[in-house]
Amino acid sequence: MVIRIDEKGERIPLTIADWDREEGTVTIVVMAVGTTTHRLAQLETGDSISDFIGPLGLPTHIDNFGTVVCVAGGFAVATIMPIARSMREKGNHVISIMGARNKDLIFWEDELRNVSDELIVTTDDGTYGRKGLVTEPLKEILDSDQKIDRVIAIGPSVMMMACSRTTEPYGVKTIVSLNPIMVDGTGMCGCCRVSVGGETKFACVDGPDFDGHQVDWDLLFSRQRSYLEQEKTSFEDWKRQHGF
Amino acid sequence: MPKLDLNRVEMPRQDPKERAKNFNEVALGYSDEQAEYEANRCIQCPKRPCVSGCPVNVDIPEFIKAIRDNDMPEAVRILKSKNALPGICGRVCPQETQCEEVCTLAKRDAPIAIGRLERYVADWERENQPSMETKAPDTPEPTGKRVAVVGSGPAGLTAAAELAKMGHSVTIFEALHIGGGVLMYGIPEFRLPKEIVQAEVDYVKSLGVELVLDAVIGKIDTVDELLDSGYDAVFLGTGAGLPMFMNIPGENLCGIYSANEFLTRTNLMKAYLFPKYDTPISAGKRVAVIGGGNVAMDSARCALRLGAEEVYIIYRRSEAEMPARREEVENAMEEGIIFRFLTNPVEFIGNEQGWVTSMKCIEMELGEPDDSGRRRPIPREGSEFIIDIDTVVVALGTTPNPLIASTTEGLDTTRRGTVVADEETGKTNKAGVWAGGDIVTGAATVISAMGAGKRAAADIDKYLRSQ
Repeated sequence: MVIRIDEKGERIPLTIADWDREEGTVTIVVMAVGTTTHRLAQLETGDSISDFIGPLGLPTHIDNFGTVVCVAGGFAVATIMPIARSMREKGNHVISIMGARNKDLIFWEDELRNVSDELIVTTDDGTYGRKGLVTEPLKEILDSDQKIDRVIAIGPSVMMMACSRTTEPYGVKTIVSLNPIMVDGTGMCGCCRVSVGGETKFACVDGPDFDGHQVDWDLLFSRQRSYLEQEKTSFEDWKRQHGF
Repeated sequence: MPKLDLNRVEMPRQDPKERAKNFNEVALGYSDEQAEYEANRCIQCPKRPCVSGCPVNVDIPEFIKAIRDNDMPEAVRILKSKNALPGICGRVCPQETQCEEVCTLAKRDAPIAIGRLERYVADWERENQPSMETKAPDTPEPTGKRVAVVGSGPAGLTAAAELAKMGHSVTIFEALHIGGGVLMYGIPEFRLPKEIVQAEVDYVKSLGVELVLDAVIGKIDTVDELLDSGYDAVFLGTGAGLPMFMNIPGENLCGIYSANEFLTRTNLMKAYLFPKYDTPISAGKRVAVIGGGNVAMDSARCALRLGAEEVYIIYRRSEAEMPARREEVENAMEEGIIFRFLTNPVEFIGNEQGWVTSMKCIEMELGEPDDSGRRRPIPREGSEFIIDIDTVVVALGTTPNPLIASTTEGLDTTRRGTVVADEETGKTNKAGVWAGGDIVTGAATVISAMGAGKRAAADIDKYLRSQ
């Protein structure tokens, strides 16, 4: 989905973490990193934003694959939860791995545990769960006797690339959810173009899920950095105006 | 018979040096005296060729006569009875190939400046009369029929306005966060001020049309779901929103935009006011715009106003084949845009950070005419050369967004992705579904989309009344 806070705000893409059809609610989880996400974080119950557009893009392909490993990096644990849940409902054996930089950034552990058959938690600094990166338990699972049929890896691009590189030698299909910069989110502008298997795709309508072994990661990284300077200017401005 | 006056009144415009640095409107509009003079040049010929030259058949001699009689409310009424969006058409219609081309005085190279007079009337209304007062006074008898219009660009707005005036209950579904479609995201402020588009959208709403924003049909609801949920008919006016790229090496480097993205960031998101508005744009110092249409001209002129030092139009054919309006080409040239004709990019070259730094082009020459009737450009072997640039805008045209076609079962489309619809009625092969504008024709003009919206509205009305 895409949101815009107000008339002067930027349109940013976010991933739906959960929903309640009866209540008519959609849950999103964001990490406050730039202007828009900080402004979102400041909203109180009852506040509103001007635009909420979605769901957009293609839904994650859910099927009975057998054994599925769901790997979440950082706040993407919120994104992976409904996928793990649906995978399990389809009869898959679901092994989830969630990793964060440190203990303070761990959340929704129980939510993910509840929808997984097994859960492994890691932190980079070892302040909670296993010390290390998510790719380490992932590799152990791949090395074990279990037959792994599919890996879903969602998180920061570097983490998704690392997971894809980890699974590639084992030939296990690995789906990643790409997060390039978007504007409209409906296939109109091509800002979010990514290269997958040598072909240009628009992540907003053709994705966001793609085969991690086919993604041109360097292109994704460089395009994601397109506006670093302007993003800094905008955020500095906002911080100054709001006494941060 | 009075003597013919062949002194067509020029439109005052901002000075090129000045306007290249601002986003204010370039053409300033006629003064009362200029409008009166131009209106008086019209000989009110009985053949009225201009009316059939207009895709929506505005009663041109009559509204000009009203200006002459100094009866502006009457001029507004005549204009608006056939054209719901005169402030827009007066600015962006290619009158030189429509009403003005067939004007009796065109034979003497001095056609009446119909577009400028239309704009004058629309601007008079906006400044002197709140739109509520000029709203169709006779509220139509409600028919109890509901129509869903998908897309709020020129085709959708026109269809919606017409259908509302016929008494139907109309809802427009717009994918973006503001109504107006390409008039808002595409055409720049300096050519079509957004305040004017907003006023025309508000006028359509004042007719009782409901406008639902952020509603991506094909994703949130499908066309079939609209029909199942109580709409008696659906009009598709979703335009041609899918940008074409060149498919040459390096095209995904940073700094390379589709014209849609470049213009959307600039116009819709107001990136030229960054950081007051939070959407950034990176228009560098040396910008190359690929293409020769109006969108290419708009992109090049936006780049200049965003602070570029050198802006190139790179076009593979010669000046004569350029599809852009002559007036826009002249505006661009006056502002200092550099034209490189018979030139085609073959590769984009970037630096280690993944940003475009130059492009390799090849010189072209013109061969035999192709399917479009224009002479086919052929590369001259061994003529490659490099142009240093830091921003590229690819303005090679657009095709319809596949979202509707791919989610609407049983809707016939062509190989080019356009929806198949009857030219006269806009009727598609799917029951209860009409289409018009760029989604049917591929990228074309605002007024042709409006004409299609109007014809479809008439046919939808006929259908609903026969039910």
